[in-house]
Amino acid sequence: MTDKPFIARGFHGRRASAEAGRLPPGQYETRDFPVLSAGPTPRTSLTSWDFVIRDTAGRSVRWSWDELQALPHDMPTVDIHCVTKWSKFDTRWEGVSVDTLLDLARSDGLSEGSFVRAFCDGGYTTNLSVADVTSGQAWIAFAYNGAPLLPEHGGPARLLVPHLYFWKSAKWVRGVELLERDEPGFWEQLGYHNRGDPWREQRYEGDP
Amino acid sequence: MIRGANSDTRVIPDLVTSTQPRLEWRVATVVDAKQETARAYTLVLDVPQWPGHRSGQHVDVRLVAEDGYQAQRSYSIASAPEEGTVALTVERLEDGEVSPYLCDVLGVGDGVEVRGPIGGYFVWESNHAGQLLLVGGGSGIVPLMAMLRHHARADPAVRASAPVRMIYSARTRDDVIYREELERLAQGPDVDVTFTLTREAPAGWQGYRRRIDKEMLGAVGWPPSEMPRGFVCGPTPFVESVASLLVELGHDPARVRTERFGPTG
Amino acid sequence: MQIEEMRLDGNAAAGALREIFAQEMTVAIATCAGCGTASKIGALLEYGHAMGVILRCPGCDTAMLRFTRTAGWLRLDASGISYLMMPERGTPE
Repeated sequence: MTDKPFIARGFHGRRASAEAGRLPPGQYETRDFPVLSAGPTPRTSLTSWDFVIRDTAGRSVRWSWDELQALPHDMPTVDIHCVTKWSKFDTRWEGVSVDTLLDLARSDGLSEGSFVRAFCDGGYTTNLSVADVTSGQAWIAFAYNGAPLLPEHGGPARLLVPHLYFWKSAKWVRGVELLERDEPGFWEQLGYHNRGDPWREQRYEGDP
Repeated sequence: MIRGANSDTRVIPDLVTSTQPRLEWRVATVVDAKQETARAYTLVLDVPQWPGHRSGQHVDVRLVAEDGYQAQRSYSIASAPEEGTVALTVERLEDGEVSPYLCDVLGVGDGVEVRGPIGGYFVWESNHAGQLLLVGGGSGIVPLMAMLRHHARADPAVRASAPVRMIYSARTRDDVIYREELERLAQGPDVDVTFTLTREAPAGWQGYRRRIDKEMLGAVGWPPSEMPRGFVCGPTPFVESVASLLVELGHDPARVRTERFGPTG
Repeated sequence: MQIEEMRLDGNAAAGALREIFAQEMTVAIATCAGCGTASKIGALLEYGHAMGVILRCPGCDTAMLRFTRTAGWLRLDASGISYLMMPERGTPE
């Protein structure tokens, strides 16, 4: 470990200047939409796609693509923040609120704990508190910028939880498990923060 | 032999270990910078305590801004191990973050942090005998050039024991990095270089004008019966396409080594 | 909008792996716990990029090795490797 980093003369990096107050601490604005993936892009046909909510007792409720589409849609415009330090403002999405799905699951008799873990095609998982995916804070999103969500960006559908770092917005989501305890997902097992609030800079395990 | 107990004597066991020197960040100095093509620039670095390298290896480059912002990229070493300095050929990507800095801002006398040499799989040494098949796309030519330059410096018997067939795919003739040097090396008995241009060819161009395909690999590559060592380098789609074509032609997948380059700059 | 899938290979992870292991690892041969395929680490498929390094089996895409650097710790999950062998002296051919 060097004592003092060597400063590269004249290096600034690719950073746009952003409105004060809009960028969480340690973030930089980007106009791109960088693709970061933990694995190969799954290609799931809409006819075989479904979204499942399961509880610890083994009860589950399932929506096919058409059934999901038939539920009320929201069109949130949100800022998103990646833990790799880029933020993108005013991204436009379309999806079904997770509140809608959890309400339906509850009325079907599923019992909710305090936590969920989203699971995805390709094996990715991420954990969240129920409090973080309800009250209008989370969606199952299937369109971006007015067009169907591209596979590279998580299509056919991804979880969208913009108030947390974007690794929580799991691509290629296929369902959530309702859990009593917080169970770390893919990146959380490797030292990323269990909650991931960019405004409190909760990047890594141990960050307050 | 362990020496007798004496507080001034260090006991140094005569043990050969498999560990290698620590990989540390070092501040290298740019000793030369030149433009190879419209988009490719070579930086020649003097790296303090450079342990030497093998052809095909790369270095990591790290740039830290005054406010602590950091970016890191890997670049293949273009120079032969015998040259002593470390030459990096960088493709300048217009909206890149690091390559425009390395190509436009960094100059002779400037410092730049590097770590290396790195790599062991995508490496060729001149004592590895056998036909060599080098297939490069775009900036993927860089580590292959280090291999060819290393080959050129070996003695004639060694060169003859590892004859080279190289296939280099570039968009236009002006995008061919090291063109004159490649044409000169190709005049030797042990080196054959085939260029293919995928976007545009100059008037009178007699060579290939298309993406590398099975027919081309069959015509100007080594036949599988020669069991060549294959090294394929370039953007991911290029590498994966060429590697599968080689396997389809009958080459042993274990003898085809690949190195994928990312699109970011 | 960059929509290209940025898959690389084990060569891209070589520098990071060199921080954990005492030697160059791209020539080490790792057996996949998922499908049993043995591959040189240089031939594994690399994902993850700025968040960490994920090396996947070219045969079945099992995550063989996952590495992150978070808040002063280097973390390695190699549960996708059932067997690992590496040359004793430097790197052979």
